Amino acid sequence: MNPRPSPVAQATFREALLRPDAAVPEGLGDGHGGPAGRRFAVYRNNVAVGLTDAVLEGFPTLRALLGEEALRAIAAPFLRAHPPSSPLMFRYGAALPAFLDDFAPLAHLEYLPDVARLDLALRAAYHAADATPLDPARLSELPPEALAGARLTLAPALRLLRSPWPLYQIWQLAHHDGPPPQARAEDLLIARPAFDPQVYLLPPGGAVFLQALARGAPTAEAAEAASAETPTPDLSAILGLLLQGGALTDMELPR
Amino acid sequence: MSTILKTAAIAGAFATALAAHATSASADEMAQEKCFGVSLAGENDCAAGPGTTCAGTSKVDYQGNAWTLVDAGKCAMIELPAMADGTARMGSLEPLERDLPMDS
Repeated sequence: MNPRPSPVAQATFREALLRPDAAVPEGLGDGHGGPAGRRFAVYRNNVAVGLTDAVLEGFPTLRALLGEEALRAIAAPFLRAHPPSSPLMFRYGAALPAFLDDFAPLAHLEYLPDVARLDLALRAAYHAADATPLDPARLSELPPEALAGARLTLAPALRLLRSPWPLYQIWQLAHHDGPPPQARAEDLLIARPAFDPQVYLLPPGGAVFLQALARGAPTAEAAEAASAETPTPDLSAILGLLLQGGALTDMELPR
Repeated sequence: MSTILKTAAIAGAFATALAAHATSASADEMAQEKCFGVSLAGENDCAAGPGTTCAGTSKVDYQGNAWTLVDAGKCAMIELPAMADGTARMGSLEPLERDLPMDS
């Protein structure tokens, strides 16, 4: 009987796995007493291919903007710098925005990290818990004072993205052949009215309004916060988006 | 803004939003029913993200200089001025000389 190969330390195995040019770790066996040889290379290749596919699938907006080959070229160094920290692959790629922040070859596309954040937010919204939207009738029957003092509960799927870039226009262009984006800052609301997350462009003051609601402020206080940022926030448009996106799930009335 | 005015403004905003929502809700319901349980085709077909389908893994991890192939993307259509220094920047992608980890 052949001598058993000496055990390979996990750290050595891992390092060799993530370095395409590294030698097969000494001591890896093929299960029949011989060295692992090419079997390790096949495994190493499959790891890289699997994670590259995860990036391609998990960042559809980046993919549309850059093209598949360019995103593959980003994925190659990314997957080696940031291998998965969880076996749940639908969460893979959380580190990509920060990675793109420092990715020299595409430094001129300064909006790319925010595009990656948008793709991550859409994915997170998809996997967020279900919640029954608030029945609009409960709001319409309230007197004005109660509405002003109401604290609205936001749906678990709701996400807010504030970008210094025209992120909504960029998203439109990526998926719907919109016109070339005009430079301006845009705030995005992501909500999940039915099964799939939807992207909405928030009017000025909308993000501040939502942030106030999220920390439990009553609507009057949230409206005041929005007015502090923009003179006349379009509250009805903001509330309309929240209703449309099924983003309100409950409310707490002042006693 | 006085409290009374503010209260009226908020109540007015709610009233407008609720009225608009009631008008559009019936159309939305029909659209949802049609797609019940099925992801809308097109933009959202990857909404669940990786790990949710069974992709094959027998492909080769190709890592050549992909920057010559980026014409497939739409970045070239985006021209945005930089915010901080005011320098105009093109959103176009050009092949760049750089080190990529090469397949062994």
